[in-house]
Amino acid sequence: MSAPVESTDFGVYVHIPFCSRRCDYCAFATWTDRDHLIGEYVDAVCLELDRSVSSGELVSATSVFFGGGTPSLIPGELLVRILDRIPLAPDAEVTVECNPDTVTAELAAIYFAGGVNRVSFGVQSMVPHVLTALGRTHDPASVARAVGFARNAGFLKLNLDLIYGGAGETLDDWCETLDAVIALRPTHVSAYALTIEPGTPLASDPARHPDDDDQADKYLAAEERLRNAGLLNYEISNWAVPGDECRHNELYWAQGDYLGFGCAAHSHRQGRRWWNVRTPDRYIETVAAGESTEASFELLDPEHRHVEGLRLALRTNVGVPSDALSDEDRELLDPLLEEAGGRLRLTVDGRLLANEVAVRLR
Amino acid sequence: MASLDRFRNLCIIAHIDHGKSTLADRMLELCGAVDPRDMRAQYLDSMDIERERGITIKLQSVRLDYRDHVLHLIDTPGHVDFGYEVSRSLAACEGAILLVDAAQGIEAQTLANCYLALENNLEIVAALNKIDLPAADPDRYAAEIEKVLGIPANEILRVSAKTGEGVSELLDAVVERIPAPEGDPDATLQGLIFDSHFDQYRGVVSSVRIMNGTLRTGERVKFVQAGSVYSAEEIGVRRPDPTPIASLGAGEVGYLIAGIKDVGEARSGETITTPVHPAPALEGYLEPKPMVFCGLYPIDGDEFTSLREALDKLRLNDSSYTFQPESSGALGFGFRCGFLGLLHMEIVRERLEREFNLSLIATAPSVQYVVHKENGDIITIDNPSELPTSTEVSLVEEPFLRATILTPTAYTGTLMELCQARRGEMIKIEYLSPERMELVYELPLAEVVTDFFDQMKSRTQGYASLDYEPAGYRSSELVKVDILLNAVPVDAFSMIVHKDKAYNYGLRMTEKLKELIPRQLFDVPIQAAIGGRIIARETVKAKRKDVLAKCYGGDISRKNKLLEKQKAGKKRMKNIGRVEVPQEAFVSALRLDD
Repeated sequence: MSAPVESTDFGVYVHIPFCSRRCDYCAFATWTDRDHLIGEYVDAVCLELDRSVSSGELVSATSVFFGGGTPSLIPGELLVRILDRIPLAPDAEVTVECNPDTVTAELAAIYFAGGVNRVSFGVQSMVPHVLTALGRTHDPASVARAVGFARNAGFLKLNLDLIYGGAGETLDDWCETLDAVIALRPTHVSAYALTIEPGTPLASDPARHPDDDDQADKYLAAEERLRNAGLLNYEISNWAVPGDECRHNELYWAQGDYLGFGCAAHSHRQGRRWWNVRTPDRYIETVAAGESTEASFELLDPEHRHVEGLRLALRTNVGVPSDALSDEDRELLDPLLEEAGGRLRLTVDGRLLANEVAVRLR
Repeated sequence: MASLDRFRNLCIIAHIDHGKSTLADRMLELCGAVDPRDMRAQYLDSMDIERERGITIKLQSVRLDYRDHVLHLIDTPGHVDFGYEVSRSLAACEGAILLVDAAQGIEAQTLANCYLALENNLEIVAALNKIDLPAADPDRYAAEIEKVLGIPANEILRVSAKTGEGVSELLDAVVERIPAPEGDPDATLQGLIFDSHFDQYRGVVSSVRIMNGTLRTGERVKFVQAGSVYSAEEIGVRRPDPTPIASLGAGEVGYLIAGIKDVGEARSGETITTPVHPAPALEGYLEPKPMVFCGLYPIDGDEFTSLREALDKLRLNDSSYTFQPESSGALGFGFRCGFLGLLHMEIVRERLEREFNLSLIATAPSVQYVVHKENGDIITIDNPSELPTSTEVSLVEEPFLRATILTPTAYTGTLMELCQARRGEMIKIEYLSPERMELVYELPLAEVVTDFFDQMKSRTQGYASLDYEPAGYRSSELVKVDILLNAVPVDAFSMIVHKDKAYNYGLRMTEKLKELIPRQLFDVPIQAAIGGRIIARETVKAKRKDVLAKCYGGDISRKNKLLEKQKAGKKRMKNIGRVEVPQEAFVSALRLDD
C-alpha cells in the first residue's frame, strides 16, 4: 500500500447561499428568500476570515473558490471585499461560480480587477426545452454574452458547467449543447450526469428520472467531442485544456487541507473534517456572538482515510496504486482499468462504472 | 351400563364457512356454558391463524349439560390436509351433526368426511344451516343430501346458527338419535388420544376419549404406540374452561396432562392404558406422513440456529411435520421440511415467522419421487436437485391423488379443462342433482400442490369444493429443469416437471429472473436446461453506468457513505457464478402466486 499523493496546496472555500430561484434537482444549502441578509452575511464572512487570519489558522491560499448558491447574485464589490481578506499565495487560482444571467460587463470587470482569475458559468444546457425542463431561466444566448463579457474583462480561464440526462433531452440535444459550448472555446468543462438527490422536487417525480443507458451514451459523446476539441478528461466529470485544470478541486481529490467560510461550508485538515451551521441566519448570529461556527465534525481514522483517499484518487487521472485491488477483483474489473507506471486508472468505460471499482479498493 | 345413558359424544362435520363455529357458539349459549358477558365469536377457535383464516386447525372438545344429558362436542379440523385428525376425532364419537349451508349445498370434503363417519358407524344428524338467508333453498339441498347420503329429506333439520332458530330442536335430535356410548367402566383402562397441543406452562395437553375402564388423577398411564409411561397429573373436562376432575370413566371425553414435553409422545390415535396388564392398542393409529416438501431457509444466514430452535419448539405443538438440515449453493443452510399438505406448509411457515420472529425463504413445494436407477437402485427424493442425471435414471414415479370435486353443473367444462391441463385422468362424472356434479379424477400430487386449489376456486367463483386421498405412485415422463445463471446451475430453482411442461416452466422462470437480477459488470445469460439441452434463455445486459457524478469538498463524507452502503449491499447478495443475486430475487422468484 502506498499513500496517495500528498498535496502541499491549501484552499479556501467561500459559500454564498443565495439564488434567484431554486432548480428542482438542487440539494445544496441555498435560499431564494433571504436576499435581505446579503449585507449582514458578507460582514459575517469577513469577520470570520479576519479572526481566522489573526489566529494564524488561515495562511496564504493557493486557491479560492466562491461557490453557492449563486455568488454572482451578490454585488461584485461585496465579493471582492471578502476576497481582500484572504491572504493569497503567488499565482493563486481564484474562481467565482456565476449564473450567466446575472453577469454583466461591469461585474466581470469588478471581479477581474479585484483579483478573480477564473470564472465558472452554470450553463447546464444550450437547448431551450431542456433548460425549461431543468427549471432554469436563462436564455442560451446569455451564455455567449457572459463569456464575451468575461473575455473582454481579461479572464483567460473559463469553465462551463453542464448537466446531461434531463427529461426530454435527446442525444442530439446533448450533442448540440456540447457543440455550442465547444464553440465558445472554454478552457474547462464540467459535465455532470443529472443525479436524483433525496428530498428534491425531482426526486418525487419518477417520470423525469434519468436513464442510465441514455446517460452513458451522453457521457461517451461528451468524452469524444471534448477530447477532439483539446479538452482532456482529468476527473470523471471534468475536462480541461492541459494546464487549466481546476487547482481548487484537485485539492479535494488529493485529500488536501482547506478551510470553508460561510454557512454550511466544509473544511478539512489532516483527517479532521468539520462543517459550519447550515442556515445564513444562524451563521450570522453565531459569528456576531463570537462563537464557533462549527456545527459538527468527523475524525477519519487512518484506515478510513486511506480508503477514502484511494476512492478520490480513482476519480482522477492520478489513479490508484496497482496493489489497491486484490488480484481477484483486478481480474473481474480488468475491462474498466488501464495500468501505467505502477498505477491503475479508469478507462472511459471504467469511469462510467467507477463505483464498482471504488467499493473494492483496499 | 345405565350410567353411560346420559352421555352423547358427537362432532360437527361441516365445510368452511358453513357455520360450524357459529353453531358451536349457539350450543355453548343454549347449554349455559359461557357467561353471555364473556361470549365472543368462534369461541372454540383459539389460535390467531384459525380466526384469521376461518378454519379450525387444532381440535377442541367441550362438555355441555343439555337438559338431563351430558354432551361431549368434539371439534374437527376443517381442511383436507388434516384428514387423519378428522378420522381420529370421529373414532371418539358415536354420532355427528352434518351441517350444510342451505344456500350452497354439501361440499366435497364434507361428503368425504360424512362417508368416513358412516364407515365408522356414526349416527348422522343432518341439518341445513343459514335458513335465514334470502338465497337459502333448503328443500333443494335436502333432496341432494338424501340422494348422496341416503338420509331421508324429512329427517333433515333446518336451523339458523346465526339467529339460534332450530338449534334446540337440533340438540333434541342429537339426544334422541345418537346412541349413548358403550364401554365397561370396570375393565382395564383403554383410551384414545385424538388431539394434543403444547402449553408452555403445562406441557402437552391431550384430548382423550375413554373407551373402557376409568382414568384417575395420579395414576400411571402407558402410551402404547410411543411406548412410554407417564403419570396423570391432571384430568379434566372443558366446560369450555378447563375444569379438573378426579376421574374420567368409560364413554367420557376430557383432557389429560401428564408432564409430557413433546406432542410426538401423545399423537392423535395413540392408545392409553395401564402399565400393568395393558389393554390392546385401538385400531387406526397412523404415523403422520408428509406429502409436500419444501426447503425453508433463513433470509439472514445468521438465523440458521434460531430456525432450528424454532422448528424444534413448534414440533412440540405439531408433530406432523418433519425437518432435516440441508444446504443449498444458492440459499446457504436451511431445512428440508415435510408437511401434510400445502395449507399445513403455509401454516407452519407462518407460525415460524410470526411466533419466532423469523424471515424465511421457502423453496417451491415439491413431492416425494421414487427414482429407479439404471443400476437397479431405487431411491426416494424430495428435493428436485437430488434427481440423478437422466442417463442414470430408468424411470421416475410420482405420487397420485384421487380427487373428488363437487361443483355447480355450469362449471363442469372449465374444471375438466383444468384437470386435463394438470394431467388428470377422469375416473367418474355424475350428477348429484340437476344443478350439481361430482367429478372424480386421478391427478399427480405435484400438479395439485402448486395452485390447483386457487385455480379451481377462481374458475368456479368459489363454488367448487375439493377432497382428495392418496392413490399410490405411478411412473411419469418427468424431467428436471435446471436454471443456470451465467452457466452455473442454481439448485434452489431446479424443478421436476412433466416433460410437456418443462418449456413453460423454463420460460416463466427465465423471464421472471431477468426482471429480478440487477445488471452486472457483464452480460448475464439466464438459461433453463434439461440435462445439457437449453430450452429457454434470457440475458441481463451488462450495466453501463454506476458512478457518482460529483464529489467535492462538501460532498466527500456523504458520497463515501453511499459507497459504503453499496459495499454493504454487495455483502448481502449471494454470489452465484460471479453474479450478485439479491435475496429478494430468491424470495420473489420462488413465490407461488405469480
